[in-house]
Amino acid sequence: MAKKYELNEVEVWDGNMAAAHALRQAQVDILAAYPITPSTPIVQNYSKFLADGYVDGEFIMVESEHSAMSGCVAASAAGVRAATATSSQGFALMVEVLYQASGMRLPIVLTVVNRALAAPLNVNGDHSDMYLGRDAGWINLCSYNPQEAYDLTLMAFKIGEDLNVRLPVMVHQDGFICSHTAQNVRPLQDEEAQEFVGEYKPVNSMLDVANPVTHGVQTEEDWHFEHKARQHHDLMNSVSVIKKVFAEFKDRTGREYDLVYTYKMDDADVAIFALGTTVESAQIAADQMREKGIKAGVVSLRVFRPFPFNEVAEALSNVKAIAAMDRSAPGGTFGALFNEISASLMAHGKKPVVLNYIYGLGGRDTTINMLKEVYEDLDKCAKAGEAVVPLQQFIGLRGPKLSFY
Amino acid sequence: MLEIRWHSRAGQGAVTGAKGLADVVANTGKYVQAFAFYGSAKRGAAMTAYNRVDDQPILNHEKYMRPDYVLVIDPGLTYTADITANEKEDTKYIITTHLSKEELIKSQPKLEGKEVYVVDCMQISLDTIGRAIPNTPMLGALMKVSGMFDLDYFQEAMKKVLSKFPQKIIDANMAAIERAYNEVK
Repeated sequence: MAKKYELNEVEVWDGNMAAAHALRQAQVDILAAYPITPSTPIVQNYSKFLADGYVDGEFIMVESEHSAMSGCVAASAAGVRAATATSSQGFALMVEVLYQASGMRLPIVLTVVNRALAAPLNVNGDHSDMYLGRDAGWINLCSYNPQEAYDLTLMAFKIGEDLNVRLPVMVHQDGFICSHTAQNVRPLQDEEAQEFVGEYKPVNSMLDVANPVTHGVQTEEDWHFEHKARQHHDLMNSVSVIKKVFAEFKDRTGREYDLVYTYKMDDADVAIFALGTTVESAQIAADQMREKGIKAGVVSLRVFRPFPFNEVAEALSNVKAIAAMDRSAPGGTFGALFNEISASLMAHGKKPVVLNYIYGLGGRDTTINMLKEVYEDLDKCAKAGEAVVPLQQFIGLRGPKLSFY
Repeated sequence: MLEIRWHSRAGQGAVTGAKGLADVVANTGKYVQAFAFYGSAKRGAAMTAYNRVDDQPILNHEKYMRPDYVLVIDPGLTYTADITANEKEDTKYIITTHLSKEELIKSQPKLEGKEVYVVDCMQISLDTIGRAIPNTPMLGALMKVSGMFDLDYFQEAMKKVLSKFPQKIIDANMAAIERAYNEVK
C-alpha cells in the first residue's frame, strides 16, 4: 500500500512537479519512460516517489520514446493504468505509437511539455510537438499554468478511462515557462484525488486469460474504415464526458474548466486567441488596452481535440477582429489555429477580420508589449472593418518585418 | 508586484534560492513565481533566475522584467554580466563581493549613483556551509535590505524549506543567513 504524501494546502510547484504529483496520486500502474528536456523532471520526480514508497506501480526505463509509448500500449492492453511524459523530439519519435494507442482504444495519459522541434536543435518552448500530434486521435487538454497542469492531468485519467470514451489523453503545458516556473498550486489531498480519479476499470484486458482477446489486429478494406469511423465518433462524443468530469472537478475544488476559455469577452471588440502561458499574459495586455478604451478580450481552447467548433464561434460571435496566434512554424500555410477558427466562424455565418500571428518559436519571449501591439493591429482592423495589415505576420523576430498574404 | 532578478553561475544555487524564497513567501498567502533562463547552461556558465511576488495571482509569463532588486551571487558577474539591464530608477542592488561598497563602485563605475549593498556571500558560505553556495546568505541579505520578513521568521520558514536535508546542513544555512543579514552594508 502506497504511503500518503504530506501536502500543504498551498504548494510552490513548477508544472513538472505538479504533473508528477498528479501521476503519483492517480497511482499509475506502469510508467514507461525515456526522459527528455524539459519534461525530464516529471519522470524523475515520479521515479523518486516510487522509490520512496509513495506509488505502488512500476517504472520501466526503456531505450527510446518509441519504446516508452510501446510499453504504455502493452501495459494498457494488458489491463492496467499507464502513463508517460515527453517533449519535442521524443514526442516525434512516439508519433507512430500514438496512433496505435488511440486506434487500440487504450486510455493512456501522456503529459506533454511542449518544446520546439529541430532543426536547429532547441530545448525551449513552442507548440510544434502539440501540432505534430493533433491528428493522432487523442484527446488534447491544454494548461496555461502549473495548477492547471496538475488539475488536467488528474482529470485526464477520468476522461480517457470513462467506459464511453476509452481513448488516450494528452495534457499539454509550455516548456520552461510553465514546466520550470514554480507557482502557487493547491493540490488535492491524496485520498481525495484517488477518490476523484477512481479505480482503473480494465476493458478487454489481455491478462484476463478466462476471456481471451486480440489486440493490435490487422484490418484491410473490409473493416479498417469502420474502426476509424467509430474512433472518431467516440472522440467527438467524448465532449459530454469531458464536461461531466470538469463539472465534478469544480464541485470538489471550485476550479472551473470549460471547453473554451474566455476572458472579458462579453463586450470585446478585439480578441487574442492563443494557447498555453500566452493566454494569461494576454489578459494583462487586454486590461492595459481597456485602460486606453479598446475593448480587448482573450479566448483559448481548453480542449484542442475534440475541437470545440461551435463553442469557438460562439465565443467569438460579437468581435470585430481576432488574432489567431500560432506558436509553431506554419510550414507553408496559415497556422492551425487560424485555419480552424476561420472555418468555425465561416460555418456560423460570422465574418470578423481574422489575422494570423506566428510567435514565440524556440522559446522566444512573448512580452506584454508584443501582445499590446497585436491588439493595436486588431483595433485598426476593427475600426476599418477590414484587414489593414497583412493577414500573416511573424512577431518578435529580428531583422526586417516578415509577413505574408 | 515585486520583481527580483538573480545573477549567478549555474551550480551556485540561484534557482534553489529563488524557489526557496517563493516557498517562504507563498506561506504568507501571497502569490509567487520563480523561474530561470536555461538554454544549454553548463555548470559555471552565467545565468539569471527570477522571482515575482504579488497579492494577486500572477498571470505574467513574459521573461522580460524590470527588477526591483538585483541579486548578484557571483563576484565576477558584476563585471561580465549586464547586471543593470532593464533597471528602474529605484532598482536596488545586493552584490556579493569582498570589496567595500566604495571599492566596488570604483571598480564598476556603472553602479555609480545607484542604491548598492554589498555582502561577501562567498566567504560566508565557505565559513558556514563549507562550500561556495552563496544562495542562502544572499536571502539573508535580502531580508535585511528589503525588510520583507524579520530574521527569526525567515529562518524558521527556511528550516521548513530545507527540512529534507540533514540537521547539520540546516544549521549551517541558518548561520549563513544570519551572518549575511548582519553583515550586509
